[in-house]
Amino acid sequence: MNELSEAQARQYWKRNRSLMIRLMIIWFVVSFGCGILWVDTLNLIQIGGYKLGFWFAQQGSIFVFIGLIFYYVVAMARLDREFGLEED
Amino acid sequence: MELSTITYIVVGATFAVYIAIAIAARAGSTQEFYVAGGGIHPIANGMATAADWMSAASFISMAGLIGISYNGYGGSVFLMGWTGGYVILAMLIAPYLRKYGKFTVPEFIGDRYYSDTARVVAVICLILCSVTYVIGQMKGIGVAFSRFLETDYETGLYIGMFIVFFYAVLGGMKGITYTQIAQYVVLILAYTVPAIFISFQLTGNPIPQLGLGSTLVGSDTFLLDKLDRVLLETGFKEYTTSVRLSTLNMFAYTASLMIGTAGLPHVIIRFFTVPKVRDARKSAGYALVFIAILYTTAPAVAAMARLNIMQTIEPSPGQHVLIEERPQWFKNWEQTGLLEIQDKNGDGRLQYVADGQRNELVKLDNDILVLANPEIAQLPNWIIALVAAGGLAAALSTAAGLLLAISSAISHDLLKSTFYPSISEKMELNASRVAMALAVLGAGYLGLNPPGFAAGTVALAFGLAAASIFPALMMGIFSTRVTREGAISGMAMGLGVTLFYVFQHKGAMFVAEWQFLPGLGKNWFFGIEPNAFGCVGAAINFIVALSVSRLTGEPPERVRRLVHEIRLPVGAVTLTGQH
Repeated sequence: MNELSEAQARQYWKRNRSLMIRLMIIWFVVSFGCGILWVDTLNLIQIGGYKLGFWFAQQGSIFVFIGLIFYYVVAMARLDREFGLEED
Repeated sequence: MELSTITYIVVGATFAVYIAIAIAARAGSTQEFYVAGGGIHPIANGMATAADWMSAASFISMAGLIGISYNGYGGSVFLMGWTGGYVILAMLIAPYLRKYGKFTVPEFIGDRYYSDTARVVAVICLILCSVTYVIGQMKGIGVAFSRFLETDYETGLYIGMFIVFFYAVLGGMKGITYTQIAQYVVLILAYTVPAIFISFQLTGNPIPQLGLGSTLVGSDTFLLDKLDRVLLETGFKEYTTSVRLSTLNMFAYTASLMIGTAGLPHVIIRFFTVPKVRDARKSAGYALVFIAILYTTAPAVAAMARLNIMQTIEPSPGQHVLIEERPQWFKNWEQTGLLEIQDKNGDGRLQYVADGQRNELVKLDNDILVLANPEIAQLPNWIIALVAAGGLAAALSTAAGLLLAISSAISHDLLKSTFYPSISEKMELNASRVAMALAVLGAGYLGLNPPGFAAGTVALAFGLAAASIFPALMMGIFSTRVTREGAISGMAMGLGVTLFYVFQHKGAMFVAEWQFLPGLGKNWFFGIEPNAFGCVGAAINFIVALSVSRLTGEPPERVRRLVHEIRLPVGAVTLTGQH
């Protein structure tokens, strides 16, 4: 078991938290933003048969969600290594 | 071969697989019973989570909710709400509860808020949301049986109960995990195969996600443009833009489903079954991939089946189908009561329009879109049988997950942690089996005698989880300052306010006669409907908990240490004594 000082633990948490905040902003923008709040404006743009706002609400946001989680997985693995917090 | 024979064979084969798995995956310890031994691979757990999560409602009803009731764009609240919660789970909840490394959600709440009262309040919240949810699944099992296998509802329910009883009591989480993996395979095939055919028939593109944005076969018209036009001509609102009540309501509805998803105990405990914290993060990602396969197909099914129905009734503008000549699938589903027609103007033709006075398709159940899909597309009988097996797999897998959450809350949180701490592991394992058996019987009883409030209950489960459990978990992880008094009063207020709003609209305990405060009017809180109210309950929970915590001192040192430690994937923290 690794023992971290409180200062190191705080540092690790701070880095994790700022990563989470950045990703949650994207999460909010693609779903509540593109899918709901700005949907009318985005619907003026058409890609194939999809109005863009409608596409974000019914397909696009879900694809972005998946991307966000896997980005988080990779970024956290890097952070864990940096702090010597890898699990074996 | 007769359709019913094929259906019996396909459904029977899937049930035989579930039973074989149950015998192979018996649980030998409480660790296996509660968390499947903690050694499930993240991909396997992702698949099991997807089956655990996608209920009879996702499988049978969601496409129809989107395509019919919510008229297209409005149904996006389900698509975003029921997937966006996994981002919250992956980043803000699952890894930390996995590090904490115990068996149940109330256990974390009890330890973090250093209080048996908090644990018991969490158990009450858990049971309220899980029981309301499980009734819907039991009904789904009975309905699926009666529609596809022509048994009556009760017989279907007994068979379903027997199957769940068998693998849940024997195997606990271990048996449930492996059956859920098998059930995922069945349900995803059953959902996507008809969708691929329909998409190919309508647009020439076999991938439904792309077909939805393509042109119709033999024309330059996009499918969605055509659907918009057909709906406008018949007096409905435009498919791609019709908002559910208001933008604010859509916002609140989506938010409530997202945080409700992240607060549902039967989903959270799935992340206790993987070996490491890193696996919990990954597993949430895989779960969402497996869920997204269905959730990105659903909007295509919704739009395509709706268009098919509109065009069956009105093949060319102004030319309505003769009632005499309506297709066979129409007649089949009329017998089940999911479709009903009435020739109001006596012209011998069928008109389907938005105006209730003139509309002759007087009943069009949401479930019809998925259930009748294979027949509308004239697919072979084995695909219809597969849809039956898929619907049953979706209902059984979710029911089992919920029953485990309920029974472990009883045997572990109430018995072992609160009232009888000296119980041995062997006795606890037996107690958990008894609790599981009772939970199955109880759920079966409620499925057979659905209480008056059973109708609107699945939506209520999300509201309650959002307003009670989700905020308690978030504050437990992200704050070291929230006290037991804060958490308990927050959960109680969140739960209370949400129940109040729902019951004020729909009658106490959903009994319509027990209306109260009718003077407030419908959706009086900024036009937010009761199903979308969970996020307001959650906000109240946060405000109450944080304010009360300011007045009630500090949590003890060991709790501060606990919070610091769950934030790290491995290891401990040396506290320096200052804040």
